[in-house]
Parts: sequence; C-alpha cells; structure tokens
Amino acid sequence: MHVVIKPLTGNYAVAWAVKLARVRVVSAYPITPQTTIVEKISEFVEKGEMDAKMIRVESEHSALAAVYGAASGGVRAFTATSSHGLMYMSEMLWWVAGARVPLVMAIVTRTMGPPWNIWTDHSDFLSQRDTGWLMMFAEHNQEVLDSIIQLFRITEDPRVFLPGMVALDAFILSHTTEPVNIPDQSLVDSFLPERRQPYVFRAGEPITMGNIPSNLEEQMRMRWDIHESLEAAKKVIAEVDQEWSKLTGRSYGGLIDCYKCSDAKYFIVGAGAWVGDMREATDLLRSEGYKVGLVKIRYVRPFPSEELASVLKNAKGVIVFDRAVSPGSAGPMYLDVATHLAAQSVRVPIKNVLAGLAGVDVTYEDIAGIVKSFVNELESKGTISKYIEWYFG
Amino acid sequence: MSRHDVIEIRFHGRGGQGAVTAANILVAAAWRSGLWGQAFPFFGAERRGAPVMAFARLSKKRVMVHSMIRHPDIVVVLDPKLPELVNVLDGLKPGGKVVINSPAPPKLKKDSYGIYYVDATKIALELGLVLAGWPLVNTPMLGALAKVVGLPIENVKEAIIDYIGKKGGELNAKAAERAYNEVKAYE
Repeated sequence: MHVVIKPLTGNYAVAWAVKLARVRVVSAYPITPQTTIVEKISEFVEKGEMDAKMIRVESEHSALAAVYGAASGGVRAFTATSSHGLMYMSEMLWWVAGARVPLVMAIVTRTMGPPWNIWTDHSDFLSQRDTGWLMMFAEHNQEVLDSIIQLFRITEDPRVFLPGMVALDAFILSHTTEPVNIPDQSLVDSFLPERRQPYVFRAGEPITMGNIPSNLEEQMRMRWDIHESLEAAKKVIAEVDQEWSKLTGRSYGGLIDCYKCSDAKYFIVGAGAWVGDMREATDLLRSEGYKVGLVKIRYVRPFPSEELASVLKNAKGVIVFDRAVSPGSAGPMYLDVATHLAAQSVRVPIKNVLAGLAGVDVTYEDIAGIVKSFVNELESKGTISKYIEWYFG
Repeated sequence: MSRHDVIEIRFHGRGGQGAVTAANILVAAAWRSGLWGQAFPFFGAERRGAPVMAFARLSKKRVMVHSMIRHPDIVVVLDPKLPELVNVLDGLKPGGKVVINSPAPPKLKKDSYGIYYVDATKIALELGLVLAGWPLVNTPMLGALAKVVGLPIENVKEAIIDYIGKKGGELNAKAAERAYNEVKAYE
C-alpha cells in the first residue's frame, strides 16, 4: 500500500481524519486554538477534495445544534471547539447524548477564564464528563488522526449509538507539527461501514423528539441506558483498536496504554499530550533504578475501571497527574481512579498531583522530580503525608 | 547529538518573516533524511515585525516530549538586528551553536559558542525573493541550518518545494542551496 507521511499539526490531523471519514456536514464557530481545524476543512471543501457542506453559525450552541440536526438526518457530521466555546455549547451536549445521535467532536483543550488565556489544560473537556458522550484523550498527532476515524466507527456501533469527543491539547498538539501517516482513502472506507444510527429524521415522516415525559421512570431508564451503552462501548473500543491495528499496524491499547508496567512497583497515571513527557520521565527514573511504570488513560468515558484495577492491583503506590481540578475536592481523574480502585478492593496509596493548569509548562524533569519524592516518601515512611498536592513548577 | 540524541533548536525572527514555516519545513526535510522532527511556534499573540520565536526538535527516534524548549542546542537568528532587541543566547547550552543572518561576523561573544553566519538578506534580494517588500530569509536560513546540523541539502530543497509548491518553491530551494554553500564559521 502507498504510505503517505506528512508533517501535520494536530489540528490538520483532525481535518484529514474528518475528510477521510467522509463527513458530509461540518458546522463550527471559530475560537483559538480550534480555528485551523475548520479553516483546513473549509479549504478541502472549497477545493472540491471533500464532498461536505460547511454551515456558518453565530455561536457554538448553534454549531452543535446544526450538526445534531444533520446527523439526525442521516449523515456523518462533525464540529470542533475549545474552552469557553464548549461551555456555551454545553446544553446541546446533553441534548445530543440524550437523543442517542452519533457524531464526533474535537476539543482542543484550553483553560477556562478568567483571566483570558488560550493555553492548554483539561478544565474545559473534563467539566463535560457527565453528559453521556464518549470522551478520549490523544497523546500525539498520529493518535489524533487515528482516534477521530475510530470514533466514527465506535459511536455508530449499534451497541453504543452515542456521540464522542477527542481531546487534543492546545498548541502542544494543535499547533505542533509532527510526521503523521495519512491512511489511504480505500483503507478508511474498508474500516468505516455505511453510517448506522438508531433512527433517521426524514422529510414526510414526522416524529417528535424530547417532549415532556408521561412516564418519569422511562426517562430515568433512558439515562440508565446511556450508562449501560458506555459500559458496552468498552468492548467495542477494544475491538476497534485491534481491527485498526490489523489494518495499519498501530494499536493504542484501547481504553488504556501501559508503558514499562510489567515489573513496576510504582505507577504514574495521566492523560493527554504530557503523557509523552511522562514516558521520558519514566525512562529517566528507570535509569536511576526506580521501578516505575506509566498508565496512560485514553478513554475517560467510559472509564477503564477493570483495566486499571488489573494493572494496578499489586502496585505499591499510584500517582495521578491532573491538569484540571474540581475545586473543593480534587482532580477529576484522581476522583475516578481512586473510586474505581477502592470499589474493586485495590488497596494502594494514591496521590493526586495538580499541575500544568492554565498552560503552565511541565517538563519530564518536573515529572520525574515529583515522582521521585513520592516514591522516596513512601519507601521511607510507608505512607504519604499529602495526598493532594499542587505543583507550580 | 545531545541527551537521547535530540537536537533542540530555537528560531528567532520577526512576525511575518517565516520562522514558523522554516521550522515546519525542517520537520519535512528531517523526515526525508530518516530523522524524526517536531516543530512548534511560540504560543503568543504575533504581530508583523515584532520579535517572535519558533522551536524544533530533531531526533533519530520518535520525539515523545511536548513541553517547551528551555535549553536549545542551536539558535537560528533570521534578522541581524534581533540580538540588539532580545537575548538570542538565552538558555543556549554551553558549546551550543548560533546560525545568524548577517553580512559580517556578528557581534556575539563566541568563546563558548560556535557562531555561523550567512548573508541571507543579500541572497534573497539577489534572487528576487521578496514578498510585500520583505526579503524572504527563512528558506536561506534553513539551508544554512541544514549545513550546520548535517542535513543533506537535496532533502531540504525537496521539502521546500513540497511545502511551498513548485512555483515559488524552486526559487526558495535555490536560496536555501546558496546559503548552504555560503554559510561560514566565525573562527
């Protein structure tokens, strides 16, 4: 097969994936750092390289409403946003999930103001974790491209039938150029079947949606069914990862990815672009004799509870890095990890590090230093004094 | 090459001079030479004429890190006047290299650094490589950088033509080749 490798920014990798998935309707409202995704897609459409309709709207709320309408009408649809744009869109996120309409959205993760700031953290993305969407983080631009294509397949699987979003970190992925393997259109066509969805709105066949429920229990069952479908999506995500791997040679492990885990005693847990820096930190710590492994969380919804428990069941210590905080509680990732490990009787000290918020740069040396203090404290005292710690650099 | 065989590069230019484009083309040239490359802009509001930066990493292996470059191995300076405005040597590793657009040996302390200079402005003007009144110095400076890091110039030329297109690309490739041949070490 003809292999095409191009230097692409994360945002261009998104645009290429959307083109390859044969998306037919795109609607978006520009916001830094998402803008170049939509610019590139417009260029594809304008040049006749992509058969899609671009719908210009006056807000993010309308952007998601427009693609929701298009997807309800039976076509693949896509949108992208960031930060305050996602907040403005939030009401529609619930609507799309509740209506069980598969579509895909890219979130270029950007911190929330005030003050006005365009740099990365995960506050915007993780704040939407209760909406019922599939949610995953990409680590690098190749994973961005592959994951968007995969997510169309996963969201349109009858066992799932829910929308999904891919997070890519502002600038450190969205505007960073790396070599990316662009799969052949025929490969993607063979991987993505004809669009499937639970129902299609058609002219001449009127149905109503979202009326006041006559039976409250039915509505509660709808919410339960979203939960069950996200649980069922775990299997679909693993299958799709395997199939993609057979076609391209690239596997990301499905829900989680493990690095140097097999003989590790202490584990770093993280998600997003800084996982690359965590890999480097793991190598550095290993070279100094620390038995450290790294667990990358790809999917935050559905949350990989069993997968994490199986990797961490014999751990002596776990350190979870969050690039967001639920003020007054802890980092969102930490809350999930701690809850699901405890529920499965995995007893291990778990520390939460809150770092890199508001776009503060975190290097592999920073990460290695933090992990080293954690391991040293656990080994000397057998316990950790502060289980939630802020790291400002 | 330094730690884990990664070369870290910082470009200094002015907004509109094409420092980011140069860094992006470098990734393509590196790929053609069997190396992994990564390029990213300085993440701030850019204005035409104001001092800006772009960054790149080159490595034999895939580059995993995505954090900032604080201690580059090489700095590339696109404008001869920039060292008067910003400290282009900031964080440069001891023994690091400076590749600067300058008609004469630049006024930079050379005891702990390797200094290389080329008159990229003259090359651009002589070739008629001018856009909106500005000589295009980014591609010749990329040619000079290729010489200093040991990238084959043919790969750089191909990457330039691929990125810019055949029309403007060939002239830019020619400029890169001239700078590759004309860059001098300041002994």
